[in-house]
Amino acid sequence: MATTRIPIGPQHPALKEPESFLITLNGERITDVAMRLGYNHRGIEKAAENRTYVQDIYLIERVCGICSHSHSSAFIQCVEEIAGLEVPLRAKYLRVLIGELERVHSHLLWLGVAGHEIGFDTLLMYSWRDREVVMDILAMLTGNRVHYAMNTLGGVKRDVTEEQAREILKAVDTLEERTKYYIDVATHETTLIQRLSGPGFISKDDVLKYGVVGPTGRASGVGRDARKDDPYAAYPELDFNVVTDDHCDVYGRTLVRVGELMESYKLIRQVLKKLPAGDIAVKSPRRIPAGEAVSRYEAPRGEDVHYVRANGTDKPERVRVRAPTMANLQAVAKMLEDNNLADVPIVIAAIDPCFSCTDRMVHIDRIDRGPSSESFEWGALRRKGIEWYSANGVDFTELNKRFEVRG
Amino acid sequence: MSFPGKMAAQVIGGGLFHKPATLMYPAEKATMPLGFRGKLSFWPERCVFCKLCMKDCPSEAIQINKLGEKRYEAIVNLGRCLFCGQCVQSCNKDALEMTTNYELAVGQSGSLTVNIGRDQAEGGFEAVCEDEDLPAPERAAAAAKAAQ
Amino acid sequence: MMQSILTPLFNIVVFPGFLFLAAMGMLGQYVDRKLYARLQNRVGPPFIQPLADFIKLSAKQETLPEGADRRMFLVLPLVALAATVTASFYIPMWSDKALFSFDGDIIVTLYFLMIPTVSFFLAGHASTSLYAEIGAVRAITQFFAYEVPLFLAVLSPALLAGTWSISGIAAFYAARPGWWLFNILGFGVGMVAVLGKLEKVPFDIPEAETEIVGGAFTEYSGRLLALFKMTVDVEAIVAASLLAAIFLPFGLGLPALLGFLVYLLKVFLVLVLLTLLRTIMARLRIDQMMAFCWKILAPLAFVQIVASLVLKGVLS
Repeated sequence: MATTRIPIGPQHPALKEPESFLITLNGERITDVAMRLGYNHRGIEKAAENRTYVQDIYLIERVCGICSHSHSSAFIQCVEEIAGLEVPLRAKYLRVLIGELERVHSHLLWLGVAGHEIGFDTLLMYSWRDREVVMDILAMLTGNRVHYAMNTLGGVKRDVTEEQAREILKAVDTLEERTKYYIDVATHETTLIQRLSGPGFISKDDVLKYGVVGPTGRASGVGRDARKDDPYAAYPELDFNVVTDDHCDVYGRTLVRVGELMESYKLIRQVLKKLPAGDIAVKSPRRIPAGEAVSRYEAPRGEDVHYVRANGTDKPERVRVRAPTMANLQAVAKMLEDNNLADVPIVIAAIDPCFSCTDRMVHIDRIDRGPSSESFEWGALRRKGIEWYSANGVDFTELNKRFEVRG
Repeated sequence: MSFPGKMAAQVIGGGLFHKPATLMYPAEKATMPLGFRGKLSFWPERCVFCKLCMKDCPSEAIQINKLGEKRYEAIVNLGRCLFCGQCVQSCNKDALEMTTNYELAVGQSGSLTVNIGRDQAEGGFEAVCEDEDLPAPERAAAAAKAAQ
Repeated sequence: MMQSILTPLFNIVVFPGFLFLAAMGMLGQYVDRKLYARLQNRVGPPFIQPLADFIKLSAKQETLPEGADRRMFLVLPLVALAATVTASFYIPMWSDKALFSFDGDIIVTLYFLMIPTVSFFLAGHASTSLYAEIGAVRAITQFFAYEVPLFLAVLSPALLAGTWSISGIAAFYAARPGWWLFNILGFGVGMVAVLGKLEKVPFDIPEAETEIVGGAFTEYSGRLLALFKMTVDVEAIVAASLLAAIFLPFGLGLPALLGFLVYLLKVFLVLVLLTLLRTIMARLRIDQMMAFCWKILAPLAFVQIVASLVLKGVLS
């Protein structure tokens, strides 16, 4: 069969969010992948500059639905560092608790999505049924099933009572039993192993070269984890293992994520046992003094980096969010080399993509053109767009005619 | 040792002969725990008109109007409200509270702007005004007229 | 003269022909979807769902892709459905005599059941859509993998019975209780191969929703899609009836109503097994499927053929 180019995305049943992968095929073998990003760009970084720090907590939280606490915590850690606030230890433990519960939620969701991508809907239904347990716990603790809004400048908003702690421990026991069952299925179900082993291969050297983070990188034996390399919140006092695997393919990523679920249960139990008494927040000024800070957080998908620059007012001057999927997406082309078309959904799903997190502004300096930047006002930008498309062959009269309303 | 059909025991024992995990909404409803961040609720007698809630709201969803001497009302645009609870935290007089009501869908977007006062009719779903984009002074006048 | 064409016409169109098979197809789809849901701890669709889906699809507008071969595009669903219904005429359902039978009709039935697969391929090819093209090619590739084991598995009881007519086979085994156990391996191979024919997980590769959107049916909508879906449902019933007639030949001498119930039981047993298989496995890749069919299924089918030949020599 001749070479064909097939578009996976921006709209495709395999993708939960829009992103464009143009795949060049030779029969069923992939020879080339061309990616276009930016379909989920919402201008959050610019919007953050027009809102106060308190309002920004909620804006940054909504960068992503599943790693909302990660983004919110990373942001608030930057701001607290600039302001020199000493967050109470109890608040740090509570942030870890919510963060680990979020990791459990995210990995169970991923297990279901991976099952769906390989046609194993039963795994999807069962793992998402178990995910309800953790969502109910989060609703009880924070007031909502996603977007927990736990963070505030200087600590957390809500406390955990004794009874809630007992409920969490019961839920963790149930979930641990179910996770052991999923590990059993993942290691013994032939069709699953056949489907997941092999595709998405990326060697350890390539992981270091492309800067792959999170479980995707840990599945190739690179044991990088921001919770161990650059501990934040209460992690310096907690004991856990970084789960790595040597398969280097999608199956390895599955094993790493299920292993991380078990580690998270361990962490949650430790947190509830060692939870110190004390305040849950310190009073924070509304105006943050001038300064800048970078903060890293281990989101369920990998290392999440935030940068905040403050200028003494109650609004930040610049906020930059680098989500883990941004680092992993660039390795997808390498992973898809020499694979089959049938593997594209599962390889993309195996990096646990969150395109809402990824699509931020990226500044590219072209080596051949030198640095340049222009700034447009809205009307001029629209005119420039129309000019560019007309010069490139788009006929606007034809488009305008098609949108005529037949009366 | 791997074999196909590992989940057979689970699906037959744990799936087929178990009550389905589906909630037959709206016949069965999920009740949210106390502390759930649902629709806002306002205690007019506690409000001192400091407007900190309006200042801290990330989406400008809440509006406190002065109806008269020490009489206030709170109008919330449920379409804009993030249900984040920042206004509840910012209020120093505990005049705002979040209920567990999550069934907030309406048929027209004008009905999304509601009066959340506890002295209002049950549920408070009556729209204050049809046009949610009326500027604030006109809205306050319309509300004052409705309250008489 | 009128009398002599009215009865066959009634048989072909109403019972046990087209309308009966359509109704059975919908019932089979309901059982499949409800059981699938219950196995996954969900509630599942109500009884009327397959009919509602058919009516809804029929009410929608059909779109033809620009550049598609118009006549092929429109006629292929009808061809597929007609072939599937015709295949059922040679299968004895609740007695040991089918509607029409002659020596050699087992081969003809298998060929009639091949036509839907070829029409899916042509439909995907005629759609001139990338996803449809890939789905079509996958359907034909998959066809080469499962057809040989299916043929061998279904023909081995014929070898033992010494006749090429399905009705003859059914009568042969009905007269010798217990001999159907010799074909148990063939039954197993046949079940797995039928999963490939009906494009159910783990062999639903031609219509892998998360990979190629809708496969060969991507561009189909409206009544044409409703007909294709009905073809798939009826194909399931016909394949199940074929397997039941050849491998499970009991209760063929019972009076009318009881025989019909036994037939329903057998067909639904086969469907339930197919649903169970599709619940507990993931989808394979096309190359893995080819490897599996040629390295495992075909040899097992050969073993069954050899066993049948040996037994024929020994027992006659």
